[in-house]
Amino acid sequence: MADKPSGLVQGTLDMLILKTLELEAMHGYGIAIRIEQISKGVFQVNPGSLFPAFRRLERAGWLKSEWRDTENNRRAKYYALTALGRKQLKGETREWARQAAAIARILEAES
Amino acid sequence: MSFLRNLAGGLRGLLRKERVEREMDEELRGYLDAAVNEKMRRGMSREEAMRAARIEMGGAESVKEQVRAVSWESLVETLWQDLKFGLRLLRFNPAFAAAAILSLALGIGANTAIFQLLDAIRLRALPVKHPQELAAVRIAERNGATGSFVTRYPQLTNPMWEQIRAQQQAFSGVFAWGPTTFNISPGGPVHSVQGLWVSGEFFDVLGIAPEKGRLLSPADDRPECTSAGVVVSHAFWQREYGGDESIVGRKITIEKHPFEMVGVAPASFYGVEVGRNFDVAVPLCAEPTIRSEFSVLNRRDGWWLTVMGRLKPGWTIERASAQLRVISPGLFEATLPAEFDPGDAKHFLGYKLGAFPGATGISDLRATYEDPLWLLLGLAALVLLIASANLANLMLARASSREREMGMRMAVGATRGRLIRQLLAESLLLGLAGALLGAQLAHVLTRLLVSSISTQSAPLFMDLAMDWRMLGFTAGITVLTCVLFGLTPALRATRVSPGVVLKSSGRSATSGPARFGLRRVLVVSQIAMSLMLVVGAILFSRSLQKLATLDAGFTQNGVLELDLDLTALHLPAEGRAEFKGFVVQQVRAIPGVESAAEAGVVPLSGNGMNRQVLVAKGGQVVEGKSELNEISPKYFATLQTPILAGRDFDDRDTLTSPTVAIVNETFARKFLAGANPVGSTFRVKSESKETGPFQIVGLVKDAKLYELREEYLPTMFMAVAQKQHPEQDETILIRSQVSLFSLISALKRTVQQINRGIDMDFTPIDRLVEVSLQRDRLMARLSGFFGVLAVLLATVGLYGVIAYMVERRTSEIGIRMALGADRGSIVRLVLREASVVLGLGLLIGTAMSLAGSRAAATMLFGLKPTDFATYVLALASLSAVAALASFLPARRAARLDPMVALRNE
Repeated sequence: MADKPSGLVQGTLDMLILKTLELEAMHGYGIAIRIEQISKGVFQVNPGSLFPAFRRLERAGWLKSEWRDTENNRRAKYYALTALGRKQLKGETREWARQAAAIARILEAES
Repeated sequence: MSFLRNLAGGLRGLLRKERVEREMDEELRGYLDAAVNEKMRRGMSREEAMRAARIEMGGAESVKEQVRAVSWESLVETLWQDLKFGLRLLRFNPAFAAAAILSLALGIGANTAIFQLLDAIRLRALPVKHPQELAAVRIAERNGATGSFVTRYPQLTNPMWEQIRAQQQAFSGVFAWGPTTFNISPGGPVHSVQGLWVSGEFFDVLGIAPEKGRLLSPADDRPECTSAGVVVSHAFWQREYGGDESIVGRKITIEKHPFEMVGVAPASFYGVEVGRNFDVAVPLCAEPTIRSEFSVLNRRDGWWLTVMGRLKPGWTIERASAQLRVISPGLFEATLPAEFDPGDAKHFLGYKLGAFPGATGISDLRATYEDPLWLLLGLAALVLLIASANLANLMLARASSREREMGMRMAVGATRGRLIRQLLAESLLLGLAGALLGAQLAHVLTRLLVSSISTQSAPLFMDLAMDWRMLGFTAGITVLTCVLFGLTPALRATRVSPGVVLKSSGRSATSGPARFGLRRVLVVSQIAMSLMLVVGAILFSRSLQKLATLDAGFTQNGVLELDLDLTALHLPAEGRAEFKGFVVQQVRAIPGVESAAEAGVVPLSGNGMNRQVLVAKGGQVVEGKSELNEISPKYFATLQTPILAGRDFDDRDTLTSPTVAIVNETFARKFLAGANPVGSTFRVKSESKETGPFQIVGLVKDAKLYELREEYLPTMFMAVAQKQHPEQDETILIRSQVSLFSLISALKRTVQQINRGIDMDFTPIDRLVEVSLQRDRLMARLSGFFGVLAVLLATVGLYGVIAYMVERRTSEIGIRMALGADRGSIVRLVLREASVVLGLGLLIGTAMSLAGSRAAATMLFGLKPTDFATYVLALASLSAVAALASFLPARRAARLDPMVALRNE
């Protein structure tokens, strides 16, 4: 499907979702807005990839979900990290930093 | 862990599907609401916000579909949906479904049945402990041997076996065995059972545990044992003793000698010969007791044993062979028959022993039936291919009519993969039904096959239980055919652009030349393959016909073979000939008997003997091999073989008169350059002694001796009355016009009146002929069956394509008729189309048949695989059927009403 978020490397979305949920549990729309805001609009996440990702992460045991009332008194499904998810985030962050640093070094050497 | 969680989540999704779906709906709605609220907060109007949020979100259904696609359970679910949908479609088209399933079942059933037989005869390992450790020990390249050969597998002599046992190092244990038949009747009519000669190690090395009592051990197989213990098979115990618990310790009479039954072998054990079961296993040491004067146990030129062993850990077949090769020179030196002439001795001393894989045991069926079965499997595979092509054609036709449905579904968001999956589910459904029905059919077919190659004297015993190989084979060909007939149509059907399909209202898009081309290619290949099968069928049935109507040199019908065992009478050697002559006299006196005579060798029984003869011709001596038969007067009259010159044996030929002989035409040709042999003499060399001279007193017409396929062999006949050492058994051939039943009962009465102690056995000669034609009949029947099936399927295929062509060109035909074309020209138009397809198919088929029929060359009799008449007949009959199949749609086209045809547009 061609509706991947712009510039988002496959697999990165999972990491962004985990990172967004590091501090507190959030519902789907909240997560999408937060990713858009923090990335200053570089990443736009659409539901077509967001919801399959939720299902995937839940199945992997990194997310858990529960129904809660929102600030507007509506019911929404809130996602939160599990202990396993936290571990996964830590691992992925470390790996990402390592790769990014390596790529940066290569690009500098090139110039 | 995560796999289990995934499994649990998936199961939850399946079991509580509605709740999961409801939650997903609610979540998406919440998302949309939140997005709208957010946009309104930024200042959009409610309508604008709704619109923007909806565009952002895309179709709710497609989002849900993507979420579902993440989880494995959705695959199960869509597969289930596809199967249900496919089932519904098939229910709407019962004729299509029935035709498809039936043709698949026939194809799969035939393949499975033949494979099952091959599996049982060739591939399956013996039901013993670690069969892959077993190896057979025999002479690597024997290239002929001299001596007496008894049993079905005369590979080694007993002295050799004793040497091998003493000298081998490669095996943790070795054993020798040989198959035989025993008469277990205490007197009167013969009761034949399948016997095994086994060395004491037999059961031990194979790792067989007794079902009752004990099995034989080396202690039972001591030299010169007179009353050894014997072991019976489970089947024999059930059949003859009704599974009586007290069988251990009871006596059984084998060839008039009592033996004690010490145990019963387990039901799963049939010996090491595939395709046969044994009844009684007797230690080798009892052979002299049972065979008495014919014993070969201590004869160095008596070939009757087969040796197998279990390899020691770490030993391979190659290493074992190497060790056996090393001991060979000494071993054959020590077992050389003293009476061999220098030539035979040199050949004998050159033998080398070798080890050969033994996991699948031994079987004479392999030599006779392995190649034919592979060939039949090939033919059956062709039938299945033709059936697949037919189905592919039908599926293509359906694809054309369903392309609007496909276009519509793609337009509303179904992916191509999803549609292909659904179409394949339909094929899978057909394939599965075909396989199930085919397996049932195979069950029946295999039993039919087994019974058609079984004989009374050597009944076939097959372990036909399902094994993984069988299951794998059936599953494999089913999946393969499903892909063959399902995948291409599915790919074709889904290769449509939704826009094009939905726009074109009337004619379908898949009926374009390219689509139609594929269907024609399918029919061409069907016709080509059918031609191969028809050629095969005609070749085999003509071969059988030639064999069956062959002039064997004697008349088989109406001749009965009577075998008598006179051992119990204890006749002195010098009184035997006279007694036998008396029996023949008595038989001739029975009303209805036209003639009767003694015969040493019964033609086509597979038995025979030959001798080296020296014929003096002019000043030279011609030496060569000739078959020998010892007969009494009236032998030729009984078999209705014409005497061409000279005379038959008669009362003048006695022990004291000059020795005489009658020879056949081939003998005269080979040794006397075709001159009238009457009056010539020759000598016979046997065991390095020369006997004779024999004066030739008669010349008879050639006749087949061992089997119908052979070239005529030079044969000499000698008078039983002049035989120095008459045996204790007698074979009498009887020609009569009375029914077999009354003849046999009259014979029984007559023989019992002579002496009650005489054993007797009866075989009609035409049954021998029948047995010798068994394989040819099997090939003719099965290839005929496949041929008819193939033509039927191909005809349906051709009819379908031509009928479809007529339908597609209805309006064109209408225009032609409106412009004045007459019916004949319309018929010609359609037939021209059909004849292109047919001609191409026949051309390719002829080439393929010419190449493929070579595989059948050795199985044919009296005609070459490229037999011209066969090809003409095959081409003509296939063309005729095909013409009929295309004439029907052509006639329908010609009867079209132009107005109706044009309005069709």
